[in-house]
Amino acid sequence: MKRGLLLVVLALPVAAQNELRFALHDEPKTLDPFLVADEPAEAIRYLTEGVLIRINRRTQQSEAELAKSWKISPDSRRITIELRSGLRFPDGSPFTSADVVKSFERLFDGSLHSPIADAFQSAKGRPKVAALNDHAVVMEFPAPTGSIERLFDQVAMVSARAEHRPAPGLGPYLIAEHKPGVRIVLKRNPSAWKQPPIETIRIDIEQNRDLELLRFRRGELDLIDKLTPDLYERLASELPGSAVDAGPTSDFEFLWFNMAPQAAIPEYKKAWFRSVAFRKAISEAINRDDLCRVIYRGHATPAAGPVSPSNQVWFHAARPVFDPADATRSLAAEGFRLQNGGLRDSAGNAVEFAIVTNAGSKSRERIAAMIQQDLAKIGVKVNVVTLDFPSLIERITRSLNYEASLLGFVNIDPDPSALMNVLLSSAANHPWNPSEKTPATEWEAEIDRLMLAQAESSDLRVRKKQFDRVQEILREQSPMICLLHPNALSAVSARVASANPAPSFPHTFWDFGHMMLHSMNARR
Amino acid sequence: MSRLRVAALSVLALVTLAAMLAPFWARSSYEVQFRETPDARPSWKFPLGTDALGRDRLTRLAYGTRVSLLLAPAAALLTCLEAAVLGGIAGFAGGRIRSIILFAADLFLTLPWLFLLIAVRACLPLNTSPELSVAITFVLLGALGWAAPARIVCAAVAKLRQSDFILQARAMGCSRARLLMRHLIPNVAPVLLAQIWIAIPVYILAEATLGMLGLGVAEPLPSLGSILRDLQGANLVAEPWQLAPAVVLAVLAGAFQLVLPREDYSV
Repeated sequence: MKRGLLLVVLALPVAAQNELRFALHDEPKTLDPFLVADEPAEAIRYLTEGVLIRINRRTQQSEAELAKSWKISPDSRRITIELRSGLRFPDGSPFTSADVVKSFERLFDGSLHSPIADAFQSAKGRPKVAALNDHAVVMEFPAPTGSIERLFDQVAMVSARAEHRPAPGLGPYLIAEHKPGVRIVLKRNPSAWKQPPIETIRIDIEQNRDLELLRFRRGELDLIDKLTPDLYERLASELPGSAVDAGPTSDFEFLWFNMAPQAAIPEYKKAWFRSVAFRKAISEAINRDDLCRVIYRGHATPAAGPVSPSNQVWFHAARPVFDPADATRSLAAEGFRLQNGGLRDSAGNAVEFAIVTNAGSKSRERIAAMIQQDLAKIGVKVNVVTLDFPSLIERITRSLNYEASLLGFVNIDPDPSALMNVLLSSAANHPWNPSEKTPATEWEAEIDRLMLAQAESSDLRVRKKQFDRVQEILREQSPMICLLHPNALSAVSARVASANPAPSFPHTFWDFGHMMLHSMNARR
Repeated sequence: MSRLRVAALSVLALVTLAAMLAPFWARSSYEVQFRETPDARPSWKFPLGTDALGRDRLTRLAYGTRVSLLLAPAAALLTCLEAAVLGGIAGFAGGRIRSIILFAADLFLTLPWLFLLIAVRACLPLNTSPELSVAITFVLLGALGWAAPARIVCAAVAKLRQSDFILQARAMGCSRARLLMRHLIPNVAPVLLAQIWIAIPVYILAEATLGMLGLGVAEPLPSLGSILRDLQGANLVAEPWQLAPAVVLAVLAGAFQLVLPREDYSV
């Protein structure tokens, strides 16, 4: 009986005394919470920094963190936030509205060039933050802003009195050890407003995904975020309980043509790329079902646009069209003709273009190879060019010396405003024609108008209608040919209790506040 | 000729023959995607199974080997031509010319050739065909690899220059051109031949390295490097046939080393 009791006790989740272990695939580029632009740094920020309001990665609802509550004015121009009281930074200083104001001053500091600050930017400028009293702040926006509270998910609250940056904050964990390129060890932060059950998190830097899986199988790692489909399948066959498919993400893989007037490509190719019929024909000739089935082994959803079907609030229902015969008819109507198996335009130029993508991404290279074969069937010759990342970025953002590009978009927030930096014609990341001074086409002007209008509205129905129209324009014009939404594939060891992988990053450990570890002895 | 050399030569001949005749025996083109059977196990139709896109692994391996066996020797030949000219001039002229050439060789030896190749590749026109792109890669490998063999040729020529028969030829009034063509080059030829045999597997492995990084031959043309990339993430215990490209690469590199005559070329 005693033995039975002992086993039961050992089998209970043991909080605090164990260590959660997982790996990042790269060293974080920065530990400054305001300069985060890569996933590893985002993971560290998520675990070590306190934010006023957090988006629940599972429900996508906003939840109070360092904020006790918040109130948005009816005109959607002002948010008043009441702060939790009694909190202190690790340096002993109290958390007050002065820290919030200081955090935003730092975020909006032009010399910092924070990528997070762009989310607060509108055509009329940036918001102003002021303290109402020690535990309340108000943020005034120059224009009505939709889903204001969601903007706070990535803004870390830092101590106004800290002398060194970055300083330990109010997040659930503190960095206890950092060996660049090797590991980062996090310890529970005594200053956190809510203490997580797990005491220590050990994060190894492991670039090799095979080794990561091997270490997971050996029990050296507890979680794997973003498994590749082949490794997921392998794990699912070996340890079925450990492989988790959390469903379609909001991320998407897409192809676009260079439509910039100043692009260093022949004029006749620019004319093809500006032709809606040409772009739609290319889109129709790509078999997205095959891409999902063959490359992602079914763990992806064909995309008709940038919004994933899993984003039930904002998705405007549509199925991608695969119809090579119709593509050929559309091209013929535009003056393209087949000659000796190859397609030629009305001037006799052979239709051939190069797709550039980043070297090292097997899935993207495979997508390009399948597109190459699909387009060969309608007589279009595609050359696949893999470039190292800096060369690729140089071509698609600065020199504009490329014809078509294949890349992915990582999206954490399902709100349409998260696509502003891609869809606004003035945006630097507007893929097909970056940083336009004025919209080059009527339909881009309409997208700009609708995107800004939805961002300034607080009426969900109105916003949905406006964003639905944006999705329709994107389908009609096909400036970016969305291919698929990959699923969130992850691995969770049996040692981790209450893990709840979500489609949004960080998939496996977003819910660290509820995660617990079974003791190793209990498992044996 | 040792038995090992004969065996190595036979293996090389066999692999070369199989690779060169691939268009005649392969059941499908290396680019055809059988999308209903991705990652298929070996069968009568696909003796080495299919890759992730459903392409016949055996056909792709044969064509990939063909690329390496055609272009690596060409690149090695280019390297040795450069080495012969530059090393020969350095060794024959001596003095300041030798110092300048050897300084240039040292400079080339310190170049991070992999990054140089990546940089040059990034500058190529985007619509360069996969065949031309891989040819340019090997030409670059060949053009950049002259430094080490040139130093060896230089040392060989310098030593020959001091040898009795050369001294005698010079004493008899032999012209510099005749000295070079009749006496020096024939005597340095075995050294150059050895350098060619050494360079071939080096270039095959160099292409494989680029391919493993995803910076090798463009799709859909296969190469040993691009095929080897499939080993990443592969379950080799359950699917040992996926090791075939690694085996072919090892056999080729080993065979080229064994084919090298064991004679003493020290000069």
